[in-house]
Amino acid sequence: MTPMDSTDRAILNRMQEDLPLTAHPFAVVADELGISESDLLARLERMKTDRVVTRFGPFFDAAAMGGAFCLCAMAVPEGDFETVLTKVNAHPEVAHNYERTHRLNMWFVLATETPDGIAAAAEAIEGETGFKVWQFPKLQEFFIGFRVAA
Amino acid sequence: MINATDRKIIQALQGGLPLVPAPYAAVASELGMDEDLLMYHLAEMKARGVIRRIAAAPNHYKLGMTSNGMTVWDVADNRVAELGALVGALPFVTHCYERPRALPDWRYNLFAMVHGADRDEVEDKRAEITAILGDACRAKDILYSTRILKKTGLRLKAKG
Repeated sequence: MTPMDSTDRAILNRMQEDLPLTAHPFAVVADELGISESDLLARLERMKTDRVVTRFGPFFDAAAMGGAFCLCAMAVPEGDFETVLTKVNAHPEVAHNYERTHRLNMWFVLATETPDGIAAAAEAIEGETGFKVWQFPKLQEFFIGFRVAA
Repeated sequence: MINATDRKIIQALQGGLPLVPAPYAAVASELGMDEDLLMYHLAEMKARGVIRRIAAAPNHYKLGMTSNGMTVWDVADNRVAELGALVGALPFVTHCYERPRALPDWRYNLFAMVHGADRDEVEDKRAEITAILGDACRAKDILYSTRILKKTGLRLKAKG
């Protein structure tokens, strides 16, 4: 991976904010940052290749589309972990999945196009794996601070 | 809710926006749609909150933020709104939610995600949250992530 210089960091900080909806949006951002459009695009491309940026594009809110998100957890015995993982990840509704230090050791987010989809996916996973899927839907969101200071 | 056009647009963009000078024109031509019409639909989806923003998703690990702790707290119900707002406003908290308890196994109702260069840094930040919650917090825990098992984001099914 190419080391990040101060321009890269300024780009990454700016690009975590919204991209303008105009015909040449990168030119607008490049102007703000005092660099050329081609430099901005080349650096973004490199950050994607280096996986510093995992994705660039719209962030969708499944709930606003009439669907739902739900944080779920499972307590999976160590010996079953990989088998269960394969079954869980095979579901397209599983958007993110993390192994964590707790008896509840597998934490994933279900994103579905309808509110009913959450229960259906959770039940399917329970049926396939034989382990309970704990559901922790958000009741209240305090802030999405998504931005990381690079 | 989303209509058939929105769905086509979302499917075209869920993998990301092309890094080219005129990205909306590129996507529009792929969809056989006018650039102006595509931008109109995008603006409309933003206004409705279907699109939160068009932005980069950074990789915390690659940025040296290798430690990630999901801090969880059992906070008195009548104080969770007020205290959750304070915790969510901390600069190092990237997500903060009230979620239901699952008694008797899971007593925590406030979740705050904290990132740091190592676990010591995460613990320092966690101590700040502990101080803010004070007596309203009856129990706490932290779940460190040890492995990313999947990270794809939302995927719409091909059919509408």
